[in-house]
Amino acid sequence: MSLDHRATTPALSPWGALSAITLRNYTTYRRYWKLFLTGFLEPVFYLFSIGIGVGQLIDTFEFNGQSIPYAEFVAPGMLAASAFNGALLDSTYNVFFKLKYDKLYDQMLATPLTTADVARGEILWGQLRGASYSAAFLLVMLAMGMISSWWALLALPATLLIGFAFSAVCMGLTTYMKSFQDFDKITLVQLPMFLFSATFFPVEAFGDGPVRWVVEATPLYRGVVLCRELTTGALTWSSAVSVAYLLVMGVLGLLLVRRRLDKLLLT
Amino acid sequence: MSTSLTARDGVGRQVDYWWTVYKRTWRGGIISSFVSPLFYVVGMGVLLGGFIEGDPARLEGATSYLAYIVPGLVAAHAMQLAVGETTYPVMGGIKWHKSYHAQMATPLAVRDIVNAHLLFVLSRIGSATAVFMLVLAPFGLFESWWGPFLAWLAQLLVGMAFATVVFGVSARMTSEEGFGVIFRLGVVPLTLFSGAFFPIDNLGPLLAWVARLTPLWHGVDLSRMLCLDTVDWPLAAVHLVVLAAITAWGWWWAIRGLEQRLGDS
Repeated sequence: MSLDHRATTPALSPWGALSAITLRNYTTYRRYWKLFLTGFLEPVFYLFSIGIGVGQLIDTFEFNGQSIPYAEFVAPGMLAASAFNGALLDSTYNVFFKLKYDKLYDQMLATPLTTADVARGEILWGQLRGASYSAAFLLVMLAMGMISSWWALLALPATLLIGFAFSAVCMGLTTYMKSFQDFDKITLVQLPMFLFSATFFPVEAFGDGPVRWVVEATPLYRGVVLCRELTTGALTWSSAVSVAYLLVMGVLGLLLVRRRLDKLLLT
Repeated sequence: MSTSLTARDGVGRQVDYWWTVYKRTWRGGIISSFVSPLFYVVGMGVLLGGFIEGDPARLEGATSYLAYIVPGLVAAHAMQLAVGETTYPVMGGIKWHKSYHAQMATPLAVRDIVNAHLLFVLSRIGSATAVFMLVLAPFGLFESWWGPFLAWLAQLLVGMAFATVVFGVSARMTSEEGFGVIFRLGVVPLTLFSGAFFPIDNLGPLLAWVARLTPLWHGVDLSRMLCLDTVDWPLAAVHLVVLAAITAWGWWWAIRGLEQRLGDS
């Protein structure tokens, strides 16, 4: 079936489409402001508990030649992990629900919106939410004296990059899910990434063997290290590798989402 | 009109129902019951623990960080399972699949429905914590052979303290939105600040006292002193009384809450 109606409806500019979807998300999300507010607290709780409570049992860690207190080591890890968790949850549970039960995307595509608009719009919304959490968390870090470099200003865009990369890929993968039972598989990936991406301890804990290479090749590890390099000011060439890695991952994810939505909704 | 059943009969009549529920849902529970806590043991206990000196003076008598956090992690896990099993499933029974209403149309009383549901939760917590403790036993984390058994009973009690109270909350709630808040403002901070990951004295004197007022701390401390064989009996008795009192009150409150709810609708 060809999409003839598109020829007759006035086309939306990509920006017009984005703002329409964002306005829609904002309108429905206003009801959930309690969940929104408390979402910010979770990484802060982790920071206080692990960084400060457990931190008193640990002296300092070496990171890129600097010796830093444990709380200062954990904080950027939590910053990155929170961007990761937020993006992951938003782009799996929420997208699955909208796709399968609400049939929201079917409805959107009955308007002049395209699948690319839907993909971009959903990811942008996740990013707006994630950015507000990251900014608040960075302010907490600043207030507690856990930031030691002006590079930390770039930590906010870095968390957006992490959010973008994971949102795009996870949304793409969500389109393959058949039932809520599949969500256990998300936990199986999410939890080890959260715990083992050098968030809570240095990557040296894995020794020098292949396990460490695997960890270093995972996207959350790149994000964690990038954030840590920015808040401590210890930038290296591998920071650029992390940026390129996450960027490519996000773009590939976006292409996948578009292809999958085309296949699922336009045939 | 109610032809009242004995408590045993009331629960007994629901065994086949809960057995069916179990048969259909246990696979989903495996990851949350067993795999997730094991990731925490490896990540926090083994790997992060590798950077922490096993000083009994700073770790409440534990000779390694792994031995320190395991008893607390299992107690916290009992709480998490209890809350998970008494939030959405209870609302489901009232609001979505209305199984409680269906059960009420038989000679069962509200008390029987609550009892059977709580016993099901108890069996979930009991099996999950038992497997957890058994898997960890060969790693030399426990200082006596009887301690882990008593610790397991303590974990069951922690679970029931939370299961009964949260059941009461869920029975009174009209929208599931509040559950997200319960998890974020209840379960997560309790897990993180009740002495599972670090001695609560590290919080400073004021916050340490706040932590002592939380039910999870009583369970974590009890579980830990039994596993490490550092039992302070008077303190253990306090823990026991607190947890038992919460459970007893929660049980009454849960039954009352569901009676009001099902009576109104």
